[in-house]
Amino acid sequence: MTDSKYFTTTKKGEIFELKAELNSDKKEKKKEAVKKVIASMTVGKDVSALFPDVVNCMQTDNLELKKLVYLYLMNYAKSQPDMAIMAVNTFVKDCEDPNPLIRALAVRTMGCIRVDKITEYLCEPLRKCLKDEDPYVRKTAAVCVAKLHDINAQLVEDQGFLDTLKDLISDSNPMVVANAVAALSEIAESHPNSNLLDLNPQSINKLLTALNECTEWGQIFILDCLANYTPRDDRESQSICERVTPRLSHANSAVVLSAVKVLMKFMEMLPKDLDYYGTLLKKLAPPLVTLLSAEPELQYVALRNINLIVQKRPEILKHEMKVFFVKYNDPIYVKLEKLDIMIRLASQANIAQVLAELKEYATEVDVDFVRKAVRAIGRCAIKVEQSAERCVSTLLDLIQTKVNYVVQEAIVVIKDIFRKYPNKYESVIATLCENLDSLDEPEARAAMIWIVGEYAERIDNADELLESFLEGFHDESTQVQLQLLTAIVKLFLKKPTETQELVQQVLSLATQDSDNPDLRDRGYIYWRLLSTDPVAAKEVVLAEKPLISEETDLIEPTLLEELICHIGTLASVYHKPPSAFVEGSRGVMHKRLPLGGDIGGSPAMGAGFGAAPAVMPASLNAPVGGGLGDLFDLGGGVGMPMGAYIPPKTVWLPAMKAKGLEISGTFARRAGVIQMELVLTNKAMSVMTDFAIQFNRNSFGLAPAGPLQVLTPLGPNQTIEVSLPLSTVGPVMKMDPLNNLQVAVKNNIDVFYFSCQYPISMLFVEDGKMERQVFLATWKDIPNDNESQFQIQDCHLNSEAASNKLQGSNIFTIAKRTVEGQDMLYMSIKLSNGIWVLAELKVQAGNPNYTISLKCRAPEVSQCVFQCYEAVLKN
Amino acid sequence: MNFIHVLQCPLCRVVLISRNYMGNMDMNEVDHFMPIMMRMEEDADSSPLVTHGSAHFLWIKHRNLYLVAMTKKNANAALVYSFLYKMVEVFKEYFKELEEESIRDNFVTVYELMDEVMDFGFPQTTDSKILQEYITQQGHKLDVGAPRPPATVTNAVSWRSEGIKYRKNEVFMDVIESVNLLVSATGSVLRSEIVGSIKLKVVLSGMPELRLGLNDKVLFEITGREKSKTVELEDVKFHQCVRLSRFENDRTISFIPPDGESELMSYRLNTTVKPLIWIESVIEKFSHSRVEIKVKARSQFKSRSTANNVAIMVPVPSDADSPKFKTSTGSCKYLPEKSVVQWNIKSFPGGKEYMMRAHFGLPSVESTELEGRRPITVNFEIPYFTVSGIQVRYLKIIEKSGYEALPWVRYITQSGDYQLRTN
Repeated sequence: MTDSKYFTTTKKGEIFELKAELNSDKKEKKKEAVKKVIASMTVGKDVSALFPDVVNCMQTDNLELKKLVYLYLMNYAKSQPDMAIMAVNTFVKDCEDPNPLIRALAVRTMGCIRVDKITEYLCEPLRKCLKDEDPYVRKTAAVCVAKLHDINAQLVEDQGFLDTLKDLISDSNPMVVANAVAALSEIAESHPNSNLLDLNPQSINKLLTALNECTEWGQIFILDCLANYTPRDDRESQSICERVTPRLSHANSAVVLSAVKVLMKFMEMLPKDLDYYGTLLKKLAPPLVTLLSAEPELQYVALRNINLIVQKRPEILKHEMKVFFVKYNDPIYVKLEKLDIMIRLASQANIAQVLAELKEYATEVDVDFVRKAVRAIGRCAIKVEQSAERCVSTLLDLIQTKVNYVVQEAIVVIKDIFRKYPNKYESVIATLCENLDSLDEPEARAAMIWIVGEYAERIDNADELLESFLEGFHDESTQVQLQLLTAIVKLFLKKPTETQELVQQVLSLATQDSDNPDLRDRGYIYWRLLSTDPVAAKEVVLAEKPLISEETDLIEPTLLEELICHIGTLASVYHKPPSAFVEGSRGVMHKRLPLGGDIGGSPAMGAGFGAAPAVMPASLNAPVGGGLGDLFDLGGGVGMPMGAYIPPKTVWLPAMKAKGLEISGTFARRAGVIQMELVLTNKAMSVMTDFAIQFNRNSFGLAPAGPLQVLTPLGPNQTIEVSLPLSTVGPVMKMDPLNNLQVAVKNNIDVFYFSCQYPISMLFVEDGKMERQVFLATWKDIPNDNESQFQIQDCHLNSEAASNKLQGSNIFTIAKRTVEGQDMLYMSIKLSNGIWVLAELKVQAGNPNYTISLKCRAPEVSQCVFQCYEAVLKN
Repeated sequence: MNFIHVLQCPLCRVVLISRNYMGNMDMNEVDHFMPIMMRMEEDADSSPLVTHGSAHFLWIKHRNLYLVAMTKKNANAALVYSFLYKMVEVFKEYFKELEEESIRDNFVTVYELMDEVMDFGFPQTTDSKILQEYITQQGHKLDVGAPRPPATVTNAVSWRSEGIKYRKNEVFMDVIESVNLLVSATGSVLRSEIVGSIKLKVVLSGMPELRLGLNDKVLFEITGREKSKTVELEDVKFHQCVRLSRFENDRTISFIPPDGESELMSYRLNTTVKPLIWIESVIEKFSHSRVEIKVKARSQFKSRSTANNVAIMVPVPSDADSPKFKTSTGSCKYLPEKSVVQWNIKSFPGGKEYMMRAHFGLPSVESTELEGRRPITVNFEIPYFTVSGIQVRYLKIIEKSGYEALPWVRYITQSGDYQLRTN
């Protein structure tokens, strides 16, 4: 007898029949009826009308029946909130059942019922279950906290469940620890402001112990959680790595990838000359290679991640090229990824093998794959100069095959090869021209037209060739039209006598008959250039082109770092930050790698005041690169940059609130070091000693880089000034406002808390000057939604003075343009956490109001940056 | 990591059974999945990860069923896929076959399992032997001893129950090595790798402690026995039960084994050993008339070993007809559905060479469809032999009751992904 019979009743009046059966006295009949209900639910029929009748069956001593009723409840409670209340009593009762299986079942189901009215009643049972003697119940209750938090976060906080959950991290049972970690991570993710995963060396140690004992899934939760921790120093980093490496031998690919994530992140902190660093690098390669023997979907995830790893640390897999060779029976998505990695690993040492493979692939039948293979050959030519010649001849061979898409793809890449190695391979042009007629894709047509225009002087019939394209000008895509326009202008400049008519024709087509503004603009520019100053036109149009770079598709370094922190997840598969595809995640701080290994660590928050780090002179402890370098830099600047703006001191903690201790202060950036300058005044009657300071997590990871240096006791009415160097490698949590800093100061009397706001300009680093090209590309790349505009009123500086003043605060002017009496200054700023802010400042002579536009990938900083502009310019 | 987990059958285009692990997701979004798959199929496109709006679908296919996970967060993709594969395993252990019918026939158990293996998107217990202890396929009455969660579920040893008893205590080990080979059309070896696996069938009472000794090169170096013949394992993967930190420290493989059958470990090594079976082929295609195939197979292992059930698959054009074969040994079969000739040799001793010739007609009208150049593939198995030379030196079995137990070891080498490209 099978269950499938339950699916077969489709008679009319079925609901009534079921109702009668559900209310039957016979237990067997009841159970049969519930099964039928569930079967109907499974096939998508609405059986919510039976809610009261099904709930009536809940109080049963039959486990199977109970499970079915619970299942029904989870599905329909939301649509029948009032009646769902009926179930509460049974849940509460079941949570007290002598059988742990029932207790766990009740607590598990309860959390899935998303009805506000019910949740309140569930708190007491949940509290009991969290302290249950049976680990099976505790592990289930731990997850239930996360469920409840998702429904009503406030309730969970008020009831103190979060603390209980934190306590479970120290539970004796590894499964309970793993689920508690998973639940806390889940809550922390949706709630970035909470101080939940307050990891410290003690809790890390507990996690590492549980790691050896829990199930494969538990290991993944723990590893993923570890990856969010920032070790205090390289020694801690190494000891965690040592305890995580054995996971690389786990049979489950997901465990391996999560371990790789932790190692890739913590490695960042190890000094490169450490023996262990080299050992670790060597240990990473074999497990990564083995991932390629997993199921195809897992291979795909692994390959997407290897792609990131190869970009971050090419040395790991540089000898493993062959494992990425494509097999005939690989699914296409695996083939394409392997190909991508092959190109990244291509070097002079292995290029011969790579080319032989690529040539093989280029004769396959799968169009996408073949295209990519052809493109890859071109990329090899550009990447490995010694192979360029061989690549070109391979491409010519492929063109001879006359397979349409192969030819087109080959022409597109040959154009790039010409760009990279000018005046070297032009002998092949004749062969290319033979294939002109077969090109039907815009990219290939545009490439071919570019080649003809660029080498017009060597192609006898260049004018005929270009003219042939002109006939269908308006049917071409914009890309082709623009290219054709430029090519004909080039041709004209090279062979003016024969081509006057042609150039007239294309200019009029572009300017008069086209709707496309880009095309018209370009047409007019050429027209005016040619008619006013042909010499200048030649200089502009035939200017020497900048070389193209080897790696055109590298992931931008900050994004790469973020993705490395997300190894194994969807983000690493999409190669996009989570904020790009997860709703409601905007504003969540981007993950980043810890800073390099040679930097003095900052004391971790939560280590407690008792465990103050060894006293070190503040000057030796200067965090974050290059105090000296910056001093030298000063001389090289334009003019005399003024010093950085320092806001005046304000009272942060009035004496009234702190038993007589008054604290005022400000922030400054001196020679690349952020300083918190404090004035402590004792307004009490007794002597104060034992000062110490701690920061709460904050948006930019500010943390004291050393202890608070108040060495002598502070007598009544005495004042002392101290400056505290800060680092930016502390724990990160987004604050509101962004530049808010919560501080705790301790002395022999008590602990006092206050909060202050620092000017974000303190975080502007000295190497914040962006390359012009990069600036342009970045400006374009950042979506317009991220742009914000502000007015700075009543500012009486000219643009030069403004620029100098801003430079003092590490706001760098990259370019200046003057349009109709208005100066446009383009500036870049880099924050200590790697976020770039680009700015355009408009200054009009005689007008005291400036307009400023800010563009940044993390638009939430714009407001703070604007405030800095205002403060700097007006002081 | 929120997700819904669905089993879907492509023919009826409906969701067979599903479970919403996070209540806050709209089940209707799952309906977008099948149309996307249909569209991709039409475009001959494929990706294990598809998106619709803010929903991400991660799927695998088992026979004609899709197992789909849907999430809206930045879920751990590796975890999701390995979980889906684990589910296939669990369902197979429960219902023998995972197919539409077995799901329908057992939908109550399926629901129970789905409830137990994952909670709020976090995978829980997925070991089917342990699950079977408290999720059985018969209904339970609470008063007649309802099952309790076995301690195993939450124990550090979550893969073996206590109180197992056998009259005769034995362990059977299979050391299986698969050879993956990729040879270029010009006859040079591009890749040659061995993927080995040690499988256990454990028939032991109580909670035995096992220690496995292999001729592992690193271990021998540590213990200073470098002269013996050893094997350098490039990467080793272990079953949950093996103490990984212990292995990392002193290369000891120690564990409490799961009961019954399991894979204890797998390893991988690159090898420069001669390909075990070498194929030389000439495939001449005379357009519009015929294809002539000449294949020479040579066994390059010692003559005391013999390869069994050798099957050599040679690709032929899909429009080929009227096959004719001649072989020096074995028999040939034309498999038009796969467009290959399969040459079977029941027994192929080491150091021998055999020939095969095949002749096919081709239609005078050439098909317009381009055909890929498929490789020749070879299947074989060689018993009592490992290519790597790996040896089980000992298997120590200690149980507190002090019983004697016998270990049995079997070695076999077989073909893995064994491909030789053709011109």
